[in-house]
Amino acid sequence: MGLEGIGARVLRKEDKRFLTGAGRYTDDHKVAGMHYAAFVRSPHAHAKIKKINIKAASAMPGVAGIFNGKELTGDGIGNIICGWMVHSKDGSPMNMGAWSALATEYVRYVGDAVAIVIAETLEQARAAAEAVDVDYKVLKAVVSVSDAIGDKAPQIHPEAKNNIIYDWEIGDEAATDAAFANAANIVEMDVRNNRLAPNPMEPRSALAQYDAAEDHFTLHTTSQNPHVARLVLSAFYQVAPENKLRVIAPDVGGGFGAKIFIYPEEIVCLWAAKKARVAAVKWTADRSEAFVTDAHGRDHVSTAKMAFDANNRITGFKVDTLANLGAYMSLFSSSVPTYLYATLLSGQYNIPNIHANVRAIYTNTVPVDAYRGAGRPEASYLIERMLTASARQLGVDPAELRRTNFVQEFPHQTPVIMCYDAGDFGVSLDAAMAASDYANFEKRRKKSEKNGMLRGIGMSCYIEACGIAPSAAVGSLGAGVGLWESAEVRVNPVGTVEVLTGSHSHGQGHETTFAQLITDRFGLPKENIQIVHGDTDKVQFGMGTYGSRSGAVGMSAIEKALDKVETKAKKIAAHMLEASEGDIEIKDGEVMVKGTDKKLLWHEICLGAYTAHNLPEGMEPGLKEGAFYDPANFTFPAGCYICEVEVDPQTGTTKIEQFVAADDFGKIINPMIVEGQVHGGLTQGIGQAMMENAVYDDDGQLLSASYMDYCMPRADDVPSFQVSATETLSPSNPLGIKGCGEAGAIGAPPAVINAITDAIGHENLTMPASPQNVWTALNMAEAAE
Amino acid sequence: MYETSYSRAKDAADAAKQMKAADDGAYLSGGMTLLPTMKQRLAAPSDLIDLTHIKDMDAINVTRKDVTIGAAATHGSVATHAKLMKVCPSLCALASHIGDPHVRNRGTIGGSIANNDPAADYPSAMLALDATIVTNKRKVKADRFFTGMFETSLKEGEFVKAVTFTAPKRGAYAKFPNPASRYAMAGVYVADHGKGAVRVGVTGASQGGVYRAKDMEKALANDFSADAIADCKVDTDDMLEDIHATAPYRANLVKVMAKKAVNKAAE
Ligand SMILES: Cc1cc2nc3c(=O)[nH]c(=O)nc-3n(C[C@H](O)[C@H](O)[C@H](O)COP(=O)(O)OP(=O)(O)OC[C@H]3O[C@@H](n4cnc5c(N)ncnc54)[C@H](O)[C@@H]3O)c2cc1C
Repeated sequence: MGLEGIGARVLRKEDKRFLTGAGRYTDDHKVAGMHYAAFVRSPHAHAKIKKINIKAASAMPGVAGIFNGKELTGDGIGNIICGWMVHSKDGSPMNMGAWSALATEYVRYVGDAVAIVIAETLEQARAAAEAVDVDYKVLKAVVSVSDAIGDKAPQIHPEAKNNIIYDWEIGDEAATDAAFANAANIVEMDVRNNRLAPNPMEPRSALAQYDAAEDHFTLHTTSQNPHVARLVLSAFYQVAPENKLRVIAPDVGGGFGAKIFIYPEEIVCLWAAKKARVAAVKWTADRSEAFVTDAHGRDHVSTAKMAFDANNRITGFKVDTLANLGAYMSLFSSSVPTYLYATLLSGQYNIPNIHANVRAIYTNTVPVDAYRGAGRPEASYLIERMLTASARQLGVDPAELRRTNFVQEFPHQTPVIMCYDAGDFGVSLDAAMAASDYANFEKRRKKSEKNGMLRGIGMSCYIEACGIAPSAAVGSLGAGVGLWESAEVRVNPVGTVEVLTGSHSHGQGHETTFAQLITDRFGLPKENIQIVHGDTDKVQFGMGTYGSRSGAVGMSAIEKALDKVETKAKKIAAHMLEASEGDIEIKDGEVMVKGTDKKLLWHEICLGAYTAHNLPEGMEPGLKEGAFYDPANFTFPAGCYICEVEVDPQTGTTKIEQFVAADDFGKIINPMIVEGQVHGGLTQGIGQAMMENAVYDDDGQLLSASYMDYCMPRADDVPSFQVSATETLSPSNPLGIKGCGEAGAIGAPPAVINAITDAIGHENLTMPASPQNVWTALNMAEAAE
Repeated sequence: MYETSYSRAKDAADAAKQMKAADDGAYLSGGMTLLPTMKQRLAAPSDLIDLTHIKDMDAINVTRKDVTIGAAATHGSVATHAKLMKVCPSLCALASHIGDPHVRNRGTIGGSIANNDPAADYPSAMLALDATIVTNKRKVKADRFFTGMFETSLKEGEFVKAVTFTAPKRGAYAKFPNPASRYAMAGVYVADHGKGAVRVGVTGASQGGVYRAKDMEKALANDFSADAIADCKVDTDDMLEDIHATAPYRANLVKVMAKKAVNKAAE
């Protein structure tokens, strides 16, 4: 591996600029003639817009333009799309309502944008936005899925009767029902997956420039996938044709999924910059705006039951889920509670019969879409709570029940589309049990009891699907895009290397990890390698970063391009050294003929490629190669998490005493960065399990709309994690990578909740397990006794 | 934030004068409450009159058991004051758990008690310590100073100059922080002034703002132990309710924190 190659703990190159405040984020960019935007937003969750009066606001100092939704649609700007078609079980396409980037007739959630105000300064824009007088007729709102499907619920979009967007199913219902009819034991459970606000450290921002001379737009934006943004902005929203629109996602301070989607603000700023005839318009969300406009995550209500035979083997799993998609369908919202969720309901287990029914529901809340894990946390929470609850009900150890049902042979075709290609679930379970001293837990429990505390231990054996995804496969399931990745490796005449990638780093450390591939291949120091991403004028094309795909898909594309570069470099070297191509070896920055002392320096080959004075017959000059990589399958990271807690019964406060993670991510390029991803993911998972909760009141006001009420996990809320890795290589990509970005957030919540339910002695606990909820659960149990 | 003018008061008289002259003025101390409110455009004072540069406004004086803390003393300086630590360590401990280091280095005791946030820590201490609030006009006992959530008996233009109290024989503060904001969801300050005089200040919990738990005071006067308050009732009807704590849960927390404070004080 070398000091900086594959497998090395190379320190992150990008951290110097991030940690010294030298990062350049969208809001740091300024251009001459730049104006500022403020949005007029709905204070009501559901209302009809009667009149928008801009007279007073227009006359205010610095105001350059105020535009509304009718003007936007009048100019031909298209409605916001959902990029994944899901059909209901009766074959009908999903019932999608229209979403205009600025509301035209109705507002459907608190924060819905009604108008944009452009002014010379931010303060002027905000002052004028406040002076825009919108006359609303307030309508009844609905925020919960169970209320929304009722007959008395307000109708949010005319297209979706009873607010049901689709009624979808997967698996064989008859076979599953038969399994239940023949079951020795059945375990049932109601599970709620709490709604989360994503909270990346950097709020969303857009800087839209319009160059009237060239009739050309440039958009700096906080995006995880700038090429997709450009494609959608031009093809669907008709802002400008692709060749007239450059999208740049510069340094981006975290995304967690929320920055995948193309939001109203970007569309409106581009359109409005041209319409107001200003050089540029900048908008940056403040934190309060982020809470009510960034797509939220999760928000499922499910009932589930599991059937067992007399030997405790699972024979059937049946799930009914209501998924809250908020007021509008965001870009990938339809896929999250279907193909990213129900396809993983088999967990790590051999379950012959599974049936899941999912109804996606409109409510008067912020749109819900992918958030770290996207569907897979909801699946693992359901299965892993089910397994533990079943073990308790069946009177067996939760580890043993899991072991009895583990998938042992690969490939394994589940009844819900996914085909697991590699893994060794028992090894992860063993590793986590050993690291947590699971065997001696009862001793520790007794000790806690002596101090008046309740101790519990819980596990979760998660599996997820990453590296999305084989384009043909997702295409057949309704995806509107292919999910390959591209790379270009440019070797300069002096031997330095630029790698242009369609992946996008917003904190993941690609500038370091991706460079390790080149170092590993050619022995070049990392200082000589530049990773270029996030600019549609530089990078050919790319699908971006989400679903833990940058390693498995993005790096595979780089590997393919590197193969081509290596082949050409060897050809040139063989020619220059008068040797046969098969004898050439590239190592530590030298190119040598195996078994001889004949060699050239790396940069001599590179220079040779560009001087072209002495190239093999017919070879084109230059040393630059591109590749597109379309994965053969999803990858399946899996692992075992064990959480041990102590609950104070007087206050309901839970302290995590230890948290053990044993993950199988396949090949690991940089263990330090992977551990960082795990720590972050676990912290987010623990945040969901114990702290975070986006709560609406009945009128559709978000009660947890600031950090005074939305509880983000802090360093002192989490323990010192014990993280370890086991390795089975993914057979579906050249590096054997599975992906690590989301595992923590997927696997942690059930481990935490299983530990707390163990401590309190019953299953009646909903996330987040806040002190209040745990105390209430304890006292409910007492009251029931 | 709306436009505003800022000026520093030279002395107490100057502060009052500036306030009188202002259209819609506000006194400014640490700004830890006022400035975020202004940034969210929820407050729009025409003038900010900064009190923190008035001479001795931030002084802390301890003479034997008599303590005077200037209104502009920051939470950080209260938390770390060596002499105060000797006579009234429970107040230092309280201050050391307010907010985070940034907040403690800016926020002041005067700002905190003038604001009388129902979840603020200091007001419970002022009640339990039987403190006197010294304003630019008068002296008023804490019992009569705090009049309800975000309400005090401060009159227009009046401001807090200092607080004074006699350190108790023993005391302690126990706080259950709101998981999100980490303000008090229930905070109980217990002070034993000797000769059966026990005072208990409760913050974070009641719809009426900070209050004295008189039944607990009575029980502790006879027997200063956690067991003594076991049978005291905390009125659920009186408790605040929000997404973090129901009324019964808050009532429970008040009791648990009171016991914890008594145990700590008795150590
Ligand atoms: C992140 C964060 C966490 C916090 N956590 C806690 C916590 O855990 N516990 C807690 O108790 N507090 C907490 N606070 C509040 C903090 O303690 C503030 O210091 C306090 O609320 C106000 O003090 P200040 O000096 O900043 O007052 P300012 O913000 O300057 O003023 C507050 C109000 O009081 C008025 N005022 C200021 N000084 C005087 C005076 N001398 N006389 C009369 N009126 C005056 C102002 O006009 C204003 O209305 C927190 C604040 C923040 C930002």
